[in-house]
Amino acid sequence: MTDAAVATSAGRLRDTALGQQELAARLDRLWGTPRGILGWLTTVDHKVIGRRYIATAFFFLCIGGLSAIAMRLQLAKPESRLIDADLYNQLFTMHGSNMMFLFAVPVMEAFAVYFVPLMVGTRNIAFPRLNAFSYWVYLSGGIFLWTSFFLGEGPDVGWFAYAPLTEQQYSPTHRPDVWAQMITFTEVSALAVSVEIIVTVFKQRAPGMTLDRIPVFVWSMLVTSFLVFFAMPAIMLASTSLILDRLVGTQFFVSGTGGDVLLWQHLFWFFGHPEVYIIFLPGTGMVSMIVAAFARRPIVGYLPVVLSLIATGFLSFGLWVHHMFATGLPQMGASFFTASSMLIAVPSGIQIFCWLATLWDGKPVIRTPLLFVLGFVVIFVIGGMTGVMVASVPLDTQVHDTYFVVAHFHYVLIGGAVFPLIGAVYYWFPKICGRMMDERLGRWNFWLAFVGFNLAFFPMHILGLQGMPRRVYTYQPEMGWGGLNLTATVGALILFASFVLLLWNAVRSTRHGVAAPDNPWDAGTLEWATSSPPPPYNFARIPVVTHREPLWAERDELPVAHGLSVERREVLVSTITEARPEIRQASPEPSIWPLLTAIVVGIFFLGSIFTPWAVVWGTPPIAVALVGWFWPKGSREDET
Amino acid sequence: MRERLAQDVSGLPTWAFESKSTPWWGTLGFMAIEGMGFALAVGMWLYLAAVNPQWPLGPPPATLWPGITLTALLVLSLVPNWWCNRMALRQDLRSVQIGLVVMSIIGLVAVALRGFEIAYLNFRWDVDAYGSIVWLIIGLHTTHIVTDVGDTIVLAVLMFTRHARPRRFSDVTDNVFYWVFVVVTWPPLYLLIYWAPRWMG
Repeated sequence: MTDAAVATSAGRLRDTALGQQELAARLDRLWGTPRGILGWLTTVDHKVIGRRYIATAFFFLCIGGLSAIAMRLQLAKPESRLIDADLYNQLFTMHGSNMMFLFAVPVMEAFAVYFVPLMVGTRNIAFPRLNAFSYWVYLSGGIFLWTSFFLGEGPDVGWFAYAPLTEQQYSPTHRPDVWAQMITFTEVSALAVSVEIIVTVFKQRAPGMTLDRIPVFVWSMLVTSFLVFFAMPAIMLASTSLILDRLVGTQFFVSGTGGDVLLWQHLFWFFGHPEVYIIFLPGTGMVSMIVAAFARRPIVGYLPVVLSLIATGFLSFGLWVHHMFATGLPQMGASFFTASSMLIAVPSGIQIFCWLATLWDGKPVIRTPLLFVLGFVVIFVIGGMTGVMVASVPLDTQVHDTYFVVAHFHYVLIGGAVFPLIGAVYYWFPKICGRMMDERLGRWNFWLAFVGFNLAFFPMHILGLQGMPRRVYTYQPEMGWGGLNLTATVGALILFASFVLLLWNAVRSTRHGVAAPDNPWDAGTLEWATSSPPPPYNFARIPVVTHREPLWAERDELPVAHGLSVERREVLVSTITEARPEIRQASPEPSIWPLLTAIVVGIFFLGSIFTPWAVVWGTPPIAVALVGWFWPKGSREDET
Repeated sequence: MRERLAQDVSGLPTWAFESKSTPWWGTLGFMAIEGMGFALAVGMWLYLAAVNPQWPLGPPPATLWPGITLTALLVLSLVPNWWCNRMALRQDLRSVQIGLVVMSIIGLVAVALRGFEIAYLNFRWDVDAYGSIVWLIIGLHTTHIVTDVGDTIVLAVLMFTRHARPRRFSDVTDNVFYWVFVVVTWPPLYLLIYWAPRWMG
């Protein structure tokens, strides 16, 4: 009787007695995504869905970038006739909405969907079918927004869609509806992913990964997910109220009948300000990972860094009114929000000093990911300083709605999130694709991005101080803004070229890059413990964590847990603080229902732009789809 | 990388109740999101009350009896709900079946009473901002009642089939948990819809 047979006779076949090869073969069959179109549509593998998310988000970055280039070409000279006012209004609205809702938030969640399960040492994300559903809903929202644009119905009311401009009286077309319903699509998706991430981090950490051993990127995504929890309901409530005002005549934002236009601003910015940190905090998490790996030492001040993330999360809910200084506020209110806006610079500053200390005390190896981190520090610090400036009411009322603010938030968002993101692409590409990206192209990529970015956005500070307002499609020659605008346009083209180079590097490296070993950077966290790219089951056996940097603590052999089934998909569910395993829980198998549900939900959302009756005829199909989704199919996951 | 067998997990159970399992945490997560939605809707009501010199604006307050009846039903429903939870923890299938059928019936009655509540609001959503926010709040809560009743009915049916395996008892306790959320979110909304306008007006 073989060992495996003994294990079977005692119940289910477990991994304990199996050799590496047989175990890998069995797990491959068990966890692999089926081939063919059906396999493609039904997969629940977090890595497959994470890759889709990343690719889709970068596609939206690309077309969002093209819309920016179109605007910059229009503004390159005074009184240009390249783009008319109507198209320009749509372009800046599409650019902002696309970058915030279809690129920045989803791309960070995409990296989390791919890497959080690997970093915490589990085999799949919590609620894998919800994860699949979230992707399809996100994709539908993106297609919906851009299709509307190409049909001439692109939103033209700014990315924050202020009332009363968005009310039926001033915008009788469907353009604001498209904006509002795109919000619904993307927020449903983001909320779903946040639930998955929080539960994965709380309950699916590998044995021994106590709270103080959680990688900083995972912490950053945990805090971000909580921000999504409490910020995004505000925008969903706002956009729903707006649709109701427009569709069935509610009066939320209509002044004459007790409604209030500033209610919109409060709801929007109660979401909108935490949104900045929903984008920025994952960026800081990426920076912490890259800095530790390339400084060749653990991050200095793990505890202050994590506490800073949490403090930033809390404080981010106390500054939304600084977006509304120009609306006329009671002085006490203005003072409070000025103070809180300045206060949030403190935890960000603590993180920056921790990173600098890590680099100072380590032996930094300057590779492309670290270059992007260094670029991030420079750009973000400048953006942070102009942030402290506009936190002051007198200064803010002067530069409000000018290009100074455009410069400020691009320094914060591109500096704070996109530079770390590109660094993270270079850092984790080998893990995702199994090949290294080209280092020489990477350095070109960095310098083009750094020079292009500063050339594009630094002049906007001066343009703003000179009085150039935002959202104007042209200006007169006598204003004297032509030279700086031309400089900004040249910078934008260089920045765009840097992204073309990134794309070229990624595509070329996928085919011709040097094969990546499991841990090409000799980093310390668990995603590097498995092969590049990882197998469908992530880890043949679940690691047992003994240190914050497990791979640096256990260089020769990794302690692992054993005893999981090889006959059905199982993940370990553990306690929240100590990560002590408690259950071998079944993990869902592939299913078509998430896609079908996303389709009927999409039809419901689309229909409710045109008729309130969509709620009546749109609900039963959703109910049917959900029952189909949750009804047991007699598969192995339902057996116990 | 070489592996060293360090911890045997083969003796662990394959499912568990409440906070030991992931679906419970997922449910809690959605409660947090939806609870925030309720809190913000209440915030909208208070904001509109603060910026309008007169509040409620025009309409007479809603008729009391449907709201009182539904509130009483919801509060009383916590008893069979709690009993259902206890039976699920004991893995007593017959009792759980009875509990779920009872909760389904209570849920359907609650939906019907909600219909009366809406019919006796005495104003439409488009009359003014007061009408709009009251309809929004009651609509938001109705969505929760309807969703949970649907969920309870499906689960009740499931527990009469061959799929009523032990781990489904954990689903029953999660369903009980969600109904508690639906009930406890209601009293503040009830006070806001029925009594606050009477006290302020």
